[in-house]
Amino acid sequence: MPAISREEVAHLARLARLAVTDDELDTFAGQLDVILGAVARVGEVAADDIPPTSHAVPLTNVLRPDEVKPSIDREMVLLAAPAAEDGRFRVPRILTEEE
Amino acid sequence: MAVPDSGDDLTRLTATETAAKIASGDVSAVEVANAHLDRIRAVDGDVHAFLTVDEDGAIACAESVDDKRANGEPLSPLAGVPLALKDVVVTRGLQTTSGSKILEGWIPPYDATITRKMREAGVVILGKVNMDEFAMGSSTENSAFGASRNPWDLTRTPGGSSGGSSAAVAAFEAPIAIGTDTGGSIRQPAAVTGLVGHKPTYGGVSRYGLIAFSSSLDQAGPFGRTVLDTALLHEVIAGHDPMDSTSLDVPVPPVVAAAREGAHGDLAGLTVGVVKELGGEGYEPGVEAACRAAYAKLEEMGAKVVEVSCPHFGYALAAYYLIAPSEASSNLARFDAVRYGLRVGDDGVRGLEEVMSLTREAGFGAEVKRRIMIGTYALSSGYYDAYYGQAQKVRTLISRDFAAAFETCDVLVSPTTPTVAFKLGERVDDPMAMYASDLCTLPAPLAGLPAISVPAGLAAAPGGGPELPVGLQIMAPALADDRCYRVAAAVEAALGVLADKAPLLEGAK
Repeated sequence: MPAISREEVAHLARLARLAVTDDELDTFAGQLDVILGAVARVGEVAADDIPPTSHAVPLTNVLRPDEVKPSIDREMVLLAAPAAEDGRFRVPRILTEEE
Repeated sequence: MAVPDSGDDLTRLTATETAAKIASGDVSAVEVANAHLDRIRAVDGDVHAFLTVDEDGAIACAESVDDKRANGEPLSPLAGVPLALKDVVVTRGLQTTSGSKILEGWIPPYDATITRKMREAGVVILGKVNMDEFAMGSSTENSAFGASRNPWDLTRTPGGSSGGSSAAVAAFEAPIAIGTDTGGSIRQPAAVTGLVGHKPTYGGVSRYGLIAFSSSLDQAGPFGRTVLDTALLHEVIAGHDPMDSTSLDVPVPPVVAAAREGAHGDLAGLTVGVVKELGGEGYEPGVEAACRAAYAKLEEMGAKVVEVSCPHFGYALAAYYLIAPSEASSNLARFDAVRYGLRVGDDGVRGLEEVMSLTREAGFGAEVKRRIMIGTYALSSGYYDAYYGQAQKVRTLISRDFAAAFETCDVLVSPTTPTVAFKLGERVDDPMAMYASDLCTLPAPLAGLPAISVPAGLAAAPGGGPELPVGLQIMAPALADDRCYRVAAAVEAALGVLADKAPLLEGAK
């Protein structure tokens, strides 16, 4: 498997919305390279005819009657939010000027 | 087992004894709660098990148990028994952090199903205990709030991720605790602190209100100093929950009855398989010797002990460290600086995406970031088949190994951990060395199976210091949790309750 470059780590961090620092990029590049090298072993045994398991216990879709019940109180929910206004979550700007 | 200077110290009692004393009126639940709160004040400065102590809530719950008794109402089997609750389980009105700065100060607006069940059973929640951030780790050193310490040797880890749970019970701050286990996070801390800890069959205990790490693996489960205490707590939290679509709609396995039966020490007719692949290189001689001695006890009690091979267990670590990070990278996307928790850099100019990235950078610790990035990598197009896809196939192979072994064996056994408790700081800069702590505990959750750790005596600690606890792991087929408890209780009957030998620590009577 190819070594993980600093640029690849920066790309992963962007995808994962992590504003990592330059120092972290150096540390993580080395560590992710070792970890991914070790876990790549899964390729040694799993042949094409083996079905994947996403979930160990067989499950079927679960449906229940659609009953109207009270939900968690809005005040309680907004109390835990970083910012709220007029009974809603207040969020930073979503669109940039060009958009 | 004789306990030095235990006197009438209420913190030295088992949960079973405590509940009996409260039910008979020997002591009040409030006295029991206060004894444990005093104990926390005396020793938690050293142990650092608790992140939040809920003194008012604990006393109020204890008072309601005492009121019920005074009114002649029936009490549940653990009514009035204090408990330490891992901080990954949400509690209405009580801070829940999951060991992370990103949730510091968060007050959940609802109770997890297991929290509700424990409240209804009159279990007295003393507070919330420490853990590796988002349950990612094997030592509590990844907690944003500092590591917990092992009461057997304060320079060593109490295990992880449920290390606050194990430290609290081993230090007699609570007789029982709740942890969660994704790759070993109940069994490994129980093993290294001389406790009993059980990971239930996947779906046996509701996940509603657990802060998700890896949803196809996470299970909450009980800790205790004895097998019976652990089984009693299991019965309180287990059972079908309509709020969790992965919860199994089947009867709870008879774990309490199994614990009582196993205590008679008769295992005639039982076949125990020793897993060949979980031993050898990397395992401390003291750990292997203690487990071999325990296998000999099983034979003395009538069990047939055979060696079995599970050839794919050697790939469990690789599969786990792809599957769990992949699911985590998705689950942790919910920490978006919008609905709860931390928000950093919202200066009115920066956009949402930048605020989100700055918040996650500031709020997550290094291990969480590593796993999010590993998961992001393993799920990205071009790498998905080679990593996540292959890991899922290994999961199938591990399940098949178990199925083959259970054709001839009733239970499988191994050491719970390759080593005794390691020193704090020893593995913190080497992620692969830390991951190796979970070698023996990973196969069972990948296959959704129940597994327990029960003390198997003490072994010499590399690097000196006092002798340290060894855990024996017992794995069983899906929904045969009772077999784990039966064999564990037999081991306990043969070897004694190890936790009673733990150092008393400063401040103890």
